Amino acid sequence: MKLEEIAGKLNLRVLCCDEGLSREVRGGFVGDLLSDVMANSREGDLWITRQVHPNIVAVAVMKEHSAILLVQGGIPMEDTLSRARKEGVPILGTEINGFEAAGKIYGLMNP
Amino acid sequence: MILKDFRCDLHVHTCLSPCSDLDIYPKALVERSIAEGLDVIAVCDHNSSENVSYVMRAAAGKPLVVFPGMEIATSEEVHVLALFDSVEGLLDVQRAVYDALPGENDEDVFGCQPVVNELDEVEFMNPHLLIGATTIPLGEMVERIGGAGGLAIAAHIDRESFSVFGQLGFIPEGIRFDALEVSARTPISDCRRNFAGISGYALIRSSDAHRLGDLGSAYTTIRMKEPSLSELKAALKGEKGRKVVDAFP
Repeated sequence: MKLEEIAGKLNLRVLCCDEGLSREVRGGFVGDLLSDVMANSREGDLWITRQVHPNIVAVAVMKEHSAILLVQGGIPMEDTLSRARKEGVPILGTEINGFEAAGKIYGLMNP
Repeated sequence: MILKDFRCDLHVHTCLSPCSDLDIYPKALVERSIAEGLDVIAVCDHNSSENVSYVMRAAAGKPLVVFPGMEIATSEEVHVLALFDSVEGLLDVQRAVYDALPGENDEDVFGCQPVVNELDEVEFMNPHLLIGATTIPLGEMVERIGGAGGLAIAAHIDRESFSVFGQLGFIPEGIRFDALEVSARTPISDCRRNFAGISGYALIRSSDAHRLGDLGSAYTTIRMKEPSLSELKAALKGEKGRKVVDAFP
């Protein structure tokens, strides 16, 4: 499923890199422990997290995630956004929490 | 100039930490530390330093040097040890931590947080949610500690939770700790092998004691002229013969 479709249906805010909305989302991963995300997430995942630190961009690049979704209104640090722009990693935001976000996205991808 | 080897446990808690035993109050902490052969301890309760001065008073005239410190939880939930050579230096950091620490403690859930003086009397119960995390990001916190004249040490880097590697995957660019702490459970050689980007760092071991019985379970032997913060800093940098000699276990 395209990132754009998920973003539209869930009314997600695009915080940076809207040119990346055409990316294909192959799966999802929820995690705030970056060591865990590095070890267990997969390429193409939409990564759902509350961490806003710049290191999330490096992890998303390394794991080739389709995008990062910050839940519960998480505001990325300025450095996080600038790195994401530089690396072309889309960061999206939503007010809903990780449970709801994961549930809704899972539902969209597995109708 | 004569350098000596000091047995240092730079991360111990008192009963003020909600997850600590009540019997690790200032006088008991000092007595047991001396009995375990420690020369230096750093008192690092979670997000609070309010028992530090009482531990220092309990150690006055005794063969134990006490560094004022705190184990601070950053907004990423990374635990950082802040060590100072005086309580005054720590105050600026303490104020910032309290200002950025939301919530109130619930004793029934998290445990009580007594501030206990050197005479074993409870002064008051600390009301802050010390088990929680501040809203201050790691980079800002490390800078603040250094700016106030303290040392910033990444706590228990080998633990999955509350460590810089666990929370953030790796040490973020632009952040320079004064040392990295490894818990007693992981051999130092494994750490050197398993964690990237730590070759330039001094690795220390501490007990992270939350009960009296933990004291002596881990420590670091450090060569210095005297147990002061500036000497400790030089040792962590390996300057002028000062150095981390050995870590136990």
